[in-house]
Amino acid sequence: MINSIWNKTIPAGGKWSGTIGKGKLVKFTALGKGANLSTIMYHANQLTERYNMPDTLKAQHTSHLTKGHVLMSDNGRVLTSIVEDSLGWHDSISGYTSRKETDEKYGITTYQELRNNWLRSGEENFAVELVRNGLGVRDIVPVLNLFSKVFCDENGDMHYVEDHCQEGATVTLRTEMDTLFIFSNTPNPLDPRNEYPSVPIQIEVFNAEPVKDDDVCVNFRPENRRAFENTWEYHTLLSDSKSVVLK
Amino acid sequence: MAVLNYTESSRKVEEAIYDRVIPSGEGWMHELEPGQVLRIVDLEGNQAADTLFYHAEDPEDHYSAVATMLGQKNIYLSTGTVLRSESNKELLKIVADTCGRHDTLGGACSAQSNTVRYAHDTLPMHNCRDTFMLQLSKYDERYTKRDLAPNINFFMNVPVTSDGGLTFADGVSAPGRYVEVQSIVKTVALISNCPQLNNPCNAYNPTPVRVLIWDK
Ligand SMILES: [Zn+2]
Repeated sequence: MINSIWNKTIPAGGKWSGTIGKGKLVKFTALGKGANLSTIMYHANQLTERYNMPDTLKAQHTSHLTKGHVLMSDNGRVLTSIVEDSLGWHDSISGYTSRKETDEKYGITTYQELRNNWLRSGEENFAVELVRNGLGVRDIVPVLNLFSKVFCDENGDMHYVEDHCQEGATVTLRTEMDTLFIFSNTPNPLDPRNEYPSVPIQIEVFNAEPVKDDDVCVNFRPENRRAFENTWEYHTLLSDSKSVVLK
Repeated sequence: MAVLNYTESSRKVEEAIYDRVIPSGEGWMHELEPGQVLRIVDLEGNQAADTLFYHAEDPEDHYSAVATMLGQKNIYLSTGTVLRSESNKELLKIVADTCGRHDTLGGACSAQSNTVRYAHDTLPMHNCRDTFMLQLSKYDERYTKRDLAPNINFFMNVPVTSDGGLTFADGVSAPGRYVEVQSIVKTVALISNCPQLNNPCNAYNPTPVRVLIWDK
């Protein structure tokens, strides 16, 4: 087993943002059952380009995300791809918790009273990390909720599956572009349990092998290959720009 | 078969204060006062009206597909749906709908997503996101690409299955079907009448929609 080049554990309620360069594996492990990690991704070198839920879902004809799927930007490129997954379903449609919902569901908590045990919300975690990175709340897009399963019945009603994520569940993303991640370890808004989930999530980063032609994500659908081709085109233009100096 | 939710409107066309046809491939951006009602009519059937709303006093607070779906714990929009902003403010409410169901997961077509979904050589083709950006550029410098959140597709049927599939199904709409939204706060509506030529949903034939506004 190769060693991770970096790791971090995000406690329940915690948040993290930072850029992970292309060609890395980002492995997430749920250190308890019922985890949920709300995640947004931006292209680190061009922040107006970001994860786009509709483009991702419609290109792959799916409403859930698992191994083989890619997470596309609004520019038709692959920000990250899902290369390993022990769960078979991650949620992309149920968003993040607000302060109001957090207070209503789990009771009002304040820093004054509880110090760092107060209950954080996705809304505030994202607001802080967006502003830290020069963005703002207007830049929030539908988030990816790793470890959660929400399905829709034929009438369109949304259902959260309680026993979906067991302790030790893992999912691994591979970065295909330099990606700014923002993580909020806050409950899924549709999680009906009235106890705030206290599940830490471990994140480990490894160097990835170069993408090969038989790659599971590239070959998952013709749409995925074309999105990879768009991504490779972007990188070709970037690196070639150095050699296009006028003589 | 899933439930569709039909509600007719009693508003009379001759009492509308605004009446315009938006040909396919064209956009429209317009302010709505609180209480005003916007009707969008699918004139020839199976057209997609890609639509976004903003809080007029706070353009950065855009329509949120997720907040809207969470607000009703259901992914389809129809009569009674409250269209919510990212900060969970109530922007508008659907008050009539003769189509029965509208999509908010499919988003807008773009040149780049067309290359992914269909073929690289579709890049030059006209698309909704270009229309959105042209409208934003002409309307008000406060609006930028950052404000292009996932939109509503009025008249589109995008069924999601319980095993996690998502398809673009053929029409629940038909010629003359319409949807009405009533503004709760002062809002700005942004429409791209979809020019998509690669999609069987509209029989590869984009057609005009009509917009009407009533004062109440
Ligand atoms: Zn379109």
